Amino acid sequence: MTTLDVNPSAGLPRDAAALKRDMETLFRGKKLLAFAAPLIVLAYMVYVFFAFDVPGLYERASLENARTLVSDSYSYKTHVTRDNRDASVSVAIEGERKGSYPEGEAPEWVTLGETTVIDLENGHIVRFGPETVEYDIPGYGTVRATPSRSAGVQAELPAGDVPDWISTSKNRLAIKTEAGRLTVTRNRSEVFRYFTGWELFFFTLDSPYHGLGPVALLEKAFRGEAGAIFNDFWTNKMWRHQDVAWAIGETLLMAFLGTIGAGIVALPLAFLATRNFMPIRTLRFATRRLFDFVRGVDSLIWTVVLARAFGPGPLTGALAILVTDTGTFGKIFSEALENVDEKQIEGVASTGAKPIQRYRFGVIPQVTPVLLSQLLYFLESNTRSATIIGAITGGGIGLLLTQAIITQKDWEEVAYYIVLVILMVMLMDWFSGVLRRRLIQGDTGKPRRKKAKKPPLRNMPFVLP
Amino acid sequence: MADLTAAPPSGASPTEAIRAQYVELTRRKRLYGTVLLIVFVAMMVAGFRTADDRNAGSFADGFTRIFDYPAEVLSEAVEKAAQLPGHVMHFFPALIETLNIAAASTLIGAIFGTLFSLLATRGMALWPSLIPLFRRVMDICRAIPEIVIALVLIFLLGGGPVPAMIAIAIHTAGALGKLFSEVNENASLKPIEGLSSVGATWAQRMWLGVIPQVGPNYVSYALLRFEINIRASAILGFVGAGGIGYELKNAMSWGKGRYDEAAAIFILLFVTIVVVDQISGKLRDRLIHGAKQ
Repeated sequence: MTTLDVNPSAGLPRDAAALKRDMETLFRGKKLLAFAAPLIVLAYMVYVFFAFDVPGLYERASLENARTLVSDSYSYKTHVTRDNRDASVSVAIEGERKGSYPEGEAPEWVTLGETTVIDLENGHIVRFGPETVEYDIPGYGTVRATPSRSAGVQAELPAGDVPDWISTSKNRLAIKTEAGRLTVTRNRSEVFRYFTGWELFFFTLDSPYHGLGPVALLEKAFRGEAGAIFNDFWTNKMWRHQDVAWAIGETLLMAFLGTIGAGIVALPLAFLATRNFMPIRTLRFATRRLFDFVRGVDSLIWTVVLARAFGPGPLTGALAILVTDTGTFGKIFSEALENVDEKQIEGVASTGAKPIQRYRFGVIPQVTPVLLSQLLYFLESNTRSATIIGAITGGGIGLLLTQAIITQKDWEEVAYYIVLVILMVMLMDWFSGVLRRRLIQGDTGKPRRKKAKKPPLRNMPFVLP
Repeated sequence: MADLTAAPPSGASPTEAIRAQYVELTRRKRLYGTVLLIVFVAMMVAGFRTADDRNAGSFADGFTRIFDYPAEVLSEAVEKAAQLPGHVMHFFPALIETLNIAAASTLIGAIFGTLFSLLATRGMALWPSLIPLFRRVMDICRAIPEIVIALVLIFLLGGGPVPAMIAIAIHTAGALGKLFSEVNENASLKPIEGLSSVGATWAQRMWLGVIPQVGPNYVSYALLRFEINIRASAILGFVGAGGIGYELKNAMSWGKGRYDEAAAIFILLFVTIVVVDQISGKLRDRLIHGAKQ
């Protein structure tokens, strides 16, 4: 393009033709690239599609798992269980001991007695009789099942074909409706009823504050029970708020200690790796290679090695972050230090400053904005890394999360932890952004500062510009 | 200074006042600095002690043992040096899988990141009123750690590379989307106006008007992300998503006497990361340099 403008006088037809040819080749090349690049990407994706066996994924994927996961993450079930050997009936949330109702108590939809009546709403009623279990299903009829030690489970169904949501065998009857689920075996009869929400999130059933509204709770809190209320919430056995808070604290601690520690270690080392502060070439070279090495050894390897030495816990995670980031910071800091302005250092030196003072007042103020912004940026991204490292070394919210996922049943807890992690990371993102903006404006955004100081100075006769 | 010396007769008291004010200011600044430093050091010490308390092994004990494990692995690797090439060949397919996870997730993430960033930049967005929505979507994609999505997907889809790929791609889409939209803000809107004046559709405007301007920067950021994603995919392998991380976990669980395999994996991972870093660093340099010209 420029050649066209520069020599218009040399507008010989032959030159123009050559130029045109050149342009055509150029455009052909560009067109080819525009077609080839998406094609290459597409070809690679096809290769990956088969290399990762995506068609086979369809068979391996479990829709059933997906359904439990989704429904379990926002709902809970209450189990009503009758032991068929001693006729005792117990009610427990999620069937867990820590969520069970005290002996002889039940929610209002369960009527305890010789015949326990469970109202599943919309006409679905289950009766645990002394001998027989009955389930009234609207639009279908009543299903009766008699469990006994000798004859297994004898089920009586209404006439007609057995629908596919009922399964019967000699020793087991299972009915699944939209209202709930009934399972009868020789030893026990059990009903699940599903509810939306995270039950017992604030208080477990053994707490006196369970089931109270926020107004009633506030009232009690004002009457001096605030400590007890908080204690019951804090030591909730189902949701373990205390442990979760500690875990989040540990994760943040890992990120904080790791990032700041790495900054503290990397800063002096970074001086050794710069051309302008380190005259000895071999030392400079060695420090640079050290940074490269530390960065090249992946954080996974560091985590594994350090976990061997220190065992699981937040300290290991913090050290893993520290070591990995020392390399990165060393590189960034030394680049920043190579770009400092010599004049400022000279100025400080001209006042007779000793070397340490020269660094303190001539160099550090220049690189502080870069250093701080990098530190804060890494603090945010390391909060996320700390979650991942915690899952490997065993510390923090990462550990709780992996444990909850591995048990494969507490999906409501998984959902809770995921929400917490996302909130934590977003909060750190916001916090580091705010701090970054403030600190860096404080250093470079002089207009703001001047404005603040101007009024008192204006009264003075001699104002330095 | 000239002003100061120019008015000596009446200047004594104002100079003194300035001086006093300056000294006062400096003193206050120093005080704040010292207080901040003390608070900061206290936080570091308290944090370190808490972390040390809650750790299985203490810092003082572990510190002397940091190099025990690497030394063991290395000595075994040296002992069985003849077998190392065989191990390296054996684990090479796993390394390729890890690289494929990283590359595929970077590609998918870059494609979605591009879409998100175009939809979230003022002047380019297809639906300007939805810009905040796309910004929040990017924020959330960025905030979710890969491991969370990977573990949930492993439960749903079974182990293997696909969960890791999706997990990393989601995070990459968020991270690149943010970087890309910063690039977009600096792009000229004139080509878009020109294209829309001749009746180009939104896709054509973006593909012909924006992408050629921002392409080099996009590729440069995507390469940087590729480096990061190799590390991420190695880590996700460790929790069951296939690739070299999974092999490393297996090799480590065999314990003493079988560390030569772990050593081979360490070497593979290290060399790969260094090589990819070097190549992508060179490429990025050239891209940015070319863009500047």
